[in-house]
Amino acid sequence: MIIAKQKPLEEIREMIEGYEDILVLGCGTCVAICMAGGDKEVEVLASSLRMADKISGKNRVFREHTVERQCEWEFLDGIEEKIKNADAILSLGCGVGVQAVSERFPEIPVLPGLDTLFMGMPMEEGVWAERCSGCGNCILDQTGGICPITRCSKGLVNGPCGGYRDGKCEVDPTRDCAWIQIYERLKKMDQLDKLYASQPLKDYAKMAHPRSITL
Amino acid sequence: MKHEMISENQFEPVIVAFCCHYCAYAAADLAGIMRLQYPPNIKVIKLPCSGTIDILHILKAFELGADGVFVAGCLEGGCHFVEGNIRAKRRVDRTKAILDEIGLGNERLEMFFMSSSEGIRFAEVAREMTEKIRKFGPSPLKGV
Repeated sequence: MIIAKQKPLEEIREMIEGYEDILVLGCGTCVAICMAGGDKEVEVLASSLRMADKISGKNRVFREHTVERQCEWEFLDGIEEKIKNADAILSLGCGVGVQAVSERFPEIPVLPGLDTLFMGMPMEEGVWAERCSGCGNCILDQTGGICPITRCSKGLVNGPCGGYRDGKCEVDPTRDCAWIQIYERLKKMDQLDKLYASQPLKDYAKMAHPRSITL
Repeated sequence: MKHEMISENQFEPVIVAFCCHYCAYAAADLAGIMRLQYPPNIKVIKLPCSGTIDILHILKAFELGADGVFVAGCLEGGCHFVEGNIRAKRRVDRTKAILDEIGLGNERLEMFFMSSSEGIRFAEVAREMTEKIRKFGPSPLKGV
């Protein structure tokens, strides 16, 4: 899923300067799971903004609403009523959500309340890790289900690099060496022979933006 | 309000205490049974476990004008739901960071751990917290 993190309150307050009636719009999918933009985060942020306003002598209106998914227009149809009086929408969706809401409602400013970071998964409560870079050319079948593009600091497709120490990465000693993990996994599956095959040069043209798919 | 009649000369804060059923609430009960005096500024809200506390409960208390809030759970390692009090501590720490960002300051919120036999400690905590919040003065959010 897409992992995002809420922007600092100060930055959000600077962004909403000049607007008087703001709809804080959450997204109930990826960013709700990573505790950045779901129903509860909308309530916490709106409450925080109201209190910060009161302390600084302002009295803006912060409305709260969360849609199931901001990145599909069908889910945005129901919010027309909610944005009727709003000067701006503060979106707690990922970058895709912010743009989808902007495209659906071009007449109203849509501001990002989150910084969208990566595609990843939860490791434990409150900890998420990146797992996929969306390179457009998956080689996980060759690498024991562990992505070297994402999890190797150097993105090597023919690793390891020789800079690892005790299974850790030389770039960041707290990070596991992806290629050592690949070796261990292939060993468990008795597929170490896959390491003899050298991977061809990675075609990074498949990562050229913007990408789209037409079925 | 009743607590405002305690003294005409000094500020009487409103302090919301979220207390776990098994320890802190029982300690407050014991303080009563022991006829211990503690400031009536403390408004106790019973939780089934301090681990049920939510950031929103605390923020809403402040938003509605509480001058101080504390969460009280079982002693560390003694939670009846294993680690509810540790989870509560993490949420209190997170809420403290939010209160700093808001500009209210984190000192108006505290977390305490106590056992059900510590009626005396509950009364002490109630007194300490009341004195501390009294020094800070009324919350700037009063009347929201």
